[in-house]
Amino acid sequence: MTSLLFDAPGPRAKRLNVLLNVVVLALVLVALVFVLWQFYQTGQFESRKWSIFTYPLVQQSLLRATVATLQAFAVGAVLSLVLGLLLAIGRMSAHPWVRLPCMWVVELFRATPLLILMMILYYGLPPLGFTFITPFIAVVTALTVYNGAVLAEVFRAGVESLPSGQSEAGYAIGLRKSQVLSLVLMPQAIRAMLPVIIAQLVVILKDSALGFIVTYQELLYEAKRLGTQVQFGSPIIPAAIVVGIIYVGLCLILSGVSTWLERRLRRSPSSLVHKTTQDISQVQL
Amino acid sequence: MDTLLNNFDLFTEGFKNTLILFSFSAIIALVLGGVVGAFRVSPVTSMRAVGTFYVNTIRNTPLTLIMFFCAFGYPKLQLPEISYMNLAIIALSVYTATYVAETLRSGINTVPLGQAEAARAIGLPFGQTMTLIILPQAFRAVIPPMMSVFIALLKNTTVAAGFSVMEAGAVKNYLSERGEPAIVGLLWVALVFILLVGVLAFLQRKLENMWKVAR
Repeated sequence: MTSLLFDAPGPRAKRLNVLLNVVVLALVLVALVFVLWQFYQTGQFESRKWSIFTYPLVQQSLLRATVATLQAFAVGAVLSLVLGLLLAIGRMSAHPWVRLPCMWVVELFRATPLLILMMILYYGLPPLGFTFITPFIAVVTALTVYNGAVLAEVFRAGVESLPSGQSEAGYAIGLRKSQVLSLVLMPQAIRAMLPVIIAQLVVILKDSALGFIVTYQELLYEAKRLGTQVQFGSPIIPAAIVVGIIYVGLCLILSGVSTWLERRLRRSPSSLVHKTTQDISQVQL
Repeated sequence: MDTLLNNFDLFTEGFKNTLILFSFSAIIALVLGGVVGAFRVSPVTSMRAVGTFYVNTIRNTPLTLIMFFCAFGYPKLQLPEISYMNLAIIALSVYTATYVAETLRSGINTVPLGQAEAARAIGLPFGQTMTLIILPQAFRAVIPPMMSVFIALLKNTTVAAGFSVMEAGAVKNYLSERGEPAIVGLLWVALVFILLVGVLAFLQRKLENMWKVAR
């Protein structure tokens, strides 16, 4: 195997690699045994702590919590895609009175921590008379404005990565500005940015966990509730492990879709798509 | 303005802790991310496996959950006691390290293969290939995305506020104890964050121009 950093190993390197493999595996094993031993010592594997998950009521409430997480994610994702598209179009407008406000909105919301946004909505607004704000509304609105601003930049980067010949050709055959954007530029930009967009969707899913702090009853909230049941010996670590597995599973499914799409796009004949995704895959986290 | 001035002690305390969280986590994440990044590009199979496993699991776990585990789970393990502040630093570092590792890896991948092959062809040993040819080029490609990682880290420090750390995100709780309107305090916090992010973004642009690769 050749890569940028090393040649195919010779006999000496092969021996060294075997040695290093053994050392690394031993270290991993030691770390794993230490963690598991510590869990065992403090009774994290007691059947009493795990028995809570055998109750149908608990399983149902875990399922409800998962659905609540997915709801916040789904609504937030759809709305932020829409908002992102609108803001991107606004930022590329030729009229300064449209472009500048959009630019400011994007820059401001991108720079504000998401949790602070949620707190402003949930704790800040109700005393001012906005009493209809539930945790769900706060979480979804914050996710929407923050990720909408981030996605707007992604869409814009996608459009700007296209060769100028694309829009020039559009204008040359007599399309209007809106038609050039909607028929020529956006379809290509979205295609090019699809992996980044999906990566951002994974971020939305992960960030929905922040709702825990503003008392939205999602997975982490459920983990805290189950973890403090004294009659089961406060199984907070088992609960965190179970919820962690659910989160990792959900995110891996989304990431899997992203990798699959990226591979599909890379196979496509358009070298343009390939180039831009590589350039811009680092735009946002 | 009154809310800010009358409670200036709270705001300075909060942002002092935010900056402590940020700087310590940034340094630890850089070191840990460097090690994991090196693991991910190493020729040794088991190192690559460990690096990939670490990055894939942690990156797909919400920071809130990692923080949750550190703040509520760790104290149950009867290990040496660690303050909430240090637990938050650990959680932030562990989470951010995955992004650092990925940034480093993709930075190394931006260097064309021919560069390394040419270096080996003129007889440079591994150490010189790395220090003279690959890392200087990778470093330049890495600077802008690495700054984005740090900007994200700065914003992520607020999550610690949900786990008993007195930092900027928690200023609101103390303000409401003093009977101040939450919204004003929160807006000030948001404004300071926007300024701090602005400083980092400015630095990012500066460094980017300084280290631009002419290719």
